[in-house]
Amino acid sequence: MTVQVVLPGVLADLAGGAKHLDVDPAGTTLADVLDALAERHPSLGRRLRDETGRVRRFVNVYVDGDDVRFADGLATTVRDGAEVQVLPSIAGG
Amino acid sequence: MTDLLAIGTRKGLWLARSEDDRRSWTLDGPHLLAQEVAAVCVDTRRPTPRLLAGIQYGHWGPTVMWSDDLGGTWNETDSGAIRFPEDTGAALERVWQLRPDSAGRPDVVWAGCEPHSLWRSTDGGCSFTLVRGHWDHPHRPEWQPGGGGGAVHTILPDPASDRVTIAMSGGGVYVSDDGGARWEPRNRGISAVFMPEPAPEYGQCVHKVAVDAAGPDTMVAQNHFGVFRTEDAGRHWSSIAGGLPADFGFPIATSPSTPGTAWVVPLVADMQRVPPGGRLRVQRTRDAGATWTEGGEGLPDAAWTAVMRDAFCVDEGDPTGVYLGTRDGCVYASADEGDSFTLVADHLPDVLVVRAVRLP
Repeated sequence: MTVQVVLPGVLADLAGGAKHLDVDPAGTTLADVLDALAERHPSLGRRLRDETGRVRRFVNVYVDGDDVRFADGLATTVRDGAEVQVLPSIAGG
Repeated sequence: MTDLLAIGTRKGLWLARSEDDRRSWTLDGPHLLAQEVAAVCVDTRRPTPRLLAGIQYGHWGPTVMWSDDLGGTWNETDSGAIRFPEDTGAALERVWQLRPDSAGRPDVVWAGCEPHSLWRSTDGGCSFTLVRGHWDHPHRPEWQPGGGGGAVHTILPDPASDRVTIAMSGGGVYVSDDGGARWEPRNRGISAVFMPEPAPEYGQCVHKVAVDAAGPDTMVAQNHFGVFRTEDAGRHWSSIAGGLPADFGFPIATSPSTPGTAWVVPLVADMQRVPPGGRLRVQRTRDAGATWTEGGEGLPDAAWTAVMRDAFCVDEGDPTGVYLGTRDGCVYASADEGDSFTLVADHLPDVLVVRAVRLP
């Protein structure tokens, strides 16, 4: 299956300048999508998740518009053709 | 000869240069804008100096970056220079310290990180390996974080042996005589006012340690209350705080050439943590802490700010240059061992680290 990942502009350089990436995960969960993304773009992958695999605190991920923190987190099911959007959360100062 | 001062702040890195023996400075930056730079070093052991920065992307996590053209271009290891092994279950929070080893170990660079961890690189800082002897130490569960987090923040490799001395907040001073395999606490004489036992074997919040020019066994420490000195590699520490206007502070630095000479920046504590009376000044000893003299002509009188543990350093010039940065974004340089200071920069973000080197 193929999933489209949508990146914020500040991360696009780490994916060759693309804000929209087609990813072919090995499985059907968000973790599988992020694994596939990290395999292609390691520097991008570690900006989204730390070395334990957790999504970083100030990174928000939406699957088809729904915040995965209110779903099943990294175990959230991702359908073929889904949109996985990454956005920085409210933080900083 | 160029004097280079690297200034790491909460929102980027600046480089100040002096071509007239530290009388005037030009500022270059920001580099790495919007990234916290809590650790920086300039490794002058290489054919071209390497600038290493411990950065935090904010939303996107921490790592180490390096530049071999003094900030023109930056590099990072794709998979991350510092990654905790899977079995630790830990994740890197912040790089607190980057320390090149000696000239005899030209590719070795040390990193001190949060959570409390020590790392060693053998490729000039591109990638680091966790020092397991320290990570697996049985005292680890009792090393508590301070207000800024729990970290190894001071690393002092001995150029002539395999001894490495580190300091942690909290945790205190630990020494390894075999390059990092085994560690023992060396805090006898250092107080811990925040613990029920006033003189524990470990657990102190030692803010910074520096090696005296007399040799590796002689060190001084700025503690969370108290300034101390050892002449036996940390086995015994004695107070040298008598005569200081306040015995709290974060940094301490020693002369690289003159034994017995050191500087501190006292703060009123515990709660205020500002210079006494708001007067930002340094205190210098030339007699191993027996007496202290105030210095700092040119430093402000109404400075309700603070100097962090790494926002203070000396250079290898003669006379020794002294540098400090403040939490309100000012950087000052002294070319006369702390007697007087000139303003290098102001209106920067909070200054977290300064490091000075002389380049040919």
